[in-house]
Amino acid sequence: MPGRIFVTGLGIISGIGNNLEENLDSLLRSKSGIDKLYYLQSPLRDSILVSEVKSTTEELFQRAGIPVQEGYSRNSLLGIIAATEAAGLAQLKSFPGLRTGLISGTTVGGMDECEKHYQDFLTNDNANIYIDTYDCADSTEKIADSLGINDYITTISTACSSASNAILLGARMIRNGKLDRVVAGGTESLTRFHLNGFNALKILDSDPCKPFDQNRKGINLGEGAAYLVIESEDSVRSSGKKIYAELIGWGNSCEAFHQTASSPDGTGAFLAMEKALEMSGLKPGEIDYINAHGTGTDNNDIAEGRAIERLFGPHLPRISSTKPFTGHTTSAAGSTEAILSILCIQHQLIWPNLNFSEQMHDLNFSPVTKLMRDVRVNAVMTNSFGFGGNDTSLIFKKYE
Amino acid sequence: MNSYINGIGIISPQKTAESDEFLSEAVEYNSDFLPCIDPNFKNYIDPIASRRMSRLIKMGVASAKMCLTDAGCSMPDGIITGTGLGSVEDTEKILGSVNEDAPLTNPTPFIQSTYNTISSQIALMLKCTNYNSTYVHRIFSFESGLQDSLMHVNENDQNNILVGGIDEMTQNHLGIIRRLGYWKMEPANNLKLLDYSTPGTIAGQGSAFFLLSGQKNEHSYCRFVDVRTFYRPGNLQMLEEKIISFLADSGLGLQDIDLVVTGLNGDRNNDEHYYQLQNSCFEGIPFAWYKHLCGEYLTSSGFALWLAANILKRKVVPPVVLLNDSSPKRLKNILIYNHFRQVEHSLILVSE
Repeated sequence: MPGRIFVTGLGIISGIGNNLEENLDSLLRSKSGIDKLYYLQSPLRDSILVSEVKSTTEELFQRAGIPVQEGYSRNSLLGIIAATEAAGLAQLKSFPGLRTGLISGTTVGGMDECEKHYQDFLTNDNANIYIDTYDCADSTEKIADSLGINDYITTISTACSSASNAILLGARMIRNGKLDRVVAGGTESLTRFHLNGFNALKILDSDPCKPFDQNRKGINLGEGAAYLVIESEDSVRSSGKKIYAELIGWGNSCEAFHQTASSPDGTGAFLAMEKALEMSGLKPGEIDYINAHGTGTDNNDIAEGRAIERLFGPHLPRISSTKPFTGHTTSAAGSTEAILSILCIQHQLIWPNLNFSEQMHDLNFSPVTKLMRDVRVNAVMTNSFGFGGNDTSLIFKKYE
Repeated sequence: MNSYINGIGIISPQKTAESDEFLSEAVEYNSDFLPCIDPNFKNYIDPIASRRMSRLIKMGVASAKMCLTDAGCSMPDGIITGTGLGSVEDTEKILGSVNEDAPLTNPTPFIQSTYNTISSQIALMLKCTNYNSTYVHRIFSFESGLQDSLMHVNENDQNNILVGGIDEMTQNHLGIIRRLGYWKMEPANNLKLLDYSTPGTIAGQGSAFFLLSGQKNEHSYCRFVDVRTFYRPGNLQMLEEKIISFLADSGLGLQDIDLVVTGLNGDRNNDEHYYQLQNSCFEGIPFAWYKHLCGEYLTSSGFALWLAANILKRKVVPPVVLLNDSSPKRLKNILIYNHFRQVEHSLILVSE
């Protein structure tokens, strides 16, 4: 039997809170983080809604416990804050001598600083300290340095499934005996770079997003970072530390249909979910809740919805998208939603799909629309699908 | 569990694509930047699809196709890419307009700037719905992909994984990186790169794909033994311990290494580190180098792996890569060692 993978640490910063407790509190109160752009300067300010982390970059330095200095992107600071929380809960420093990795997903990298200084890069030496923020590795290395991790580090970028693939890789590295424990997740700050990009694709909503609604109009982008600490059975044994959940299944598939669109029947989504379910050994009826990718775009929600119907048939689990809370945090979405899913297992509840009013004509189900308490949640599937058809599905189960 | 390199496709500043030549006449440049010798892309990519692709994507897709043809494989069980910078050309198009009030209207540069575009374009071309991932961590990008591929082969020895490293350089980016002092200020002769006493090196680019497989066959170049990356490994002695421990995990010692392919690049600040190792743990082991042939870029170890795999297959070391005419007596085990700013270090071990 392959080694078990336990979740021993969670850390998150998002538009609905600066740590795990604040996120939980907002979710329990159905408080969304979606609002007008306030911190990022952009001409799109009046035409879209987003979920920003409600802090200036200076305030983020303070939260991260780092003196304000040049060379740090907002992306790195968000990552440090969330990864530090996860590492603290998992008491990484109290159990030295274990092989520890950091696997981080990001796509915009440190583009938030890079885009501010790009004209300087081209014409003068004034902003050389920010040149390294151009790539994706910069934030990962700053997080690694902050946590003191150097056994293994890498960065994954598969667009909106980056953080899910980081968790998946971490689990495989543990199973392959390469590492004992891994801090895995993703970080993404809002940038003009990807705001403009998504805007050019015409898939941003000017109102709060409505995943799985007949009248959905698109995405609200979000920013944030979220990391899990996952560990091998041996690594956790006799430590007495709290185990939040067990990771029992994962599936990665490339849809190979179109560079940005999902196929109408959601082939990639189906394959990723099917692989994860098969690995978990669970029957469709044993998944209690799906935290859907549910971006609120016309295309995603049909494709994902149909794939869920096809895979689960008569055993449809409860389904919701939490993107109306956090916005679509792109490369951080996979780990953000993994944590929100684990909170469901821990507290035996299911998050509502906010802003929903009318069932999609193409689907036979409606998402959960009100917070459900005291409901049995033993196993949760969480989906993340990215550009390029990079689809990944993870299954977490209550620790027993 | 053994794994093998069963196919290679590579586009580089040397005559590596559509050629069976093995560096018998190395291409000479007088420049701070080595361009790639492009193949005829029409032979690999549908012209309609090709029109929309930026250069890096064409290079990636074409070399992936070459690799699969070389390996006689039509459908890999996974597609994994590593790229330090992704499509710099597309990223620049967005960055150039990001501070203007008029919003971006053409989404294509944004789509192509996402780092996983190459791996997904390859999947699209092959209609391959299997595992697909992309690594974007400086000089770990390609090695992380190799690590992932090796685990896939360990997980199932029937797996054939297509794994590649791709990076490009543009004039703008060349200028930006020059501010950090990485490039020589004057054009240099690439084949005499170690003769300059000036700091900095020459930039390069390339795309190298490999088919990693659990099964040996008539296409096999060599055994792919192991790969490891070290982030801030500490002082030289600590690094040496890690190198020795890496070899020991494969049942080898330093005495078993017949050739070390190093990342020497003609920049004193970079090279001193290799010479220190040559005087310590690598003492007596013949040294090779390759960055004078492909230039410095974040996934250049793809070129080094092509070199090492061909040395083992052809049983010959091209003189142009040997340092000090230190010819190996035997060609069984080759270690590739590269570092970037002495922060990221990587090792790749291949055997006959």
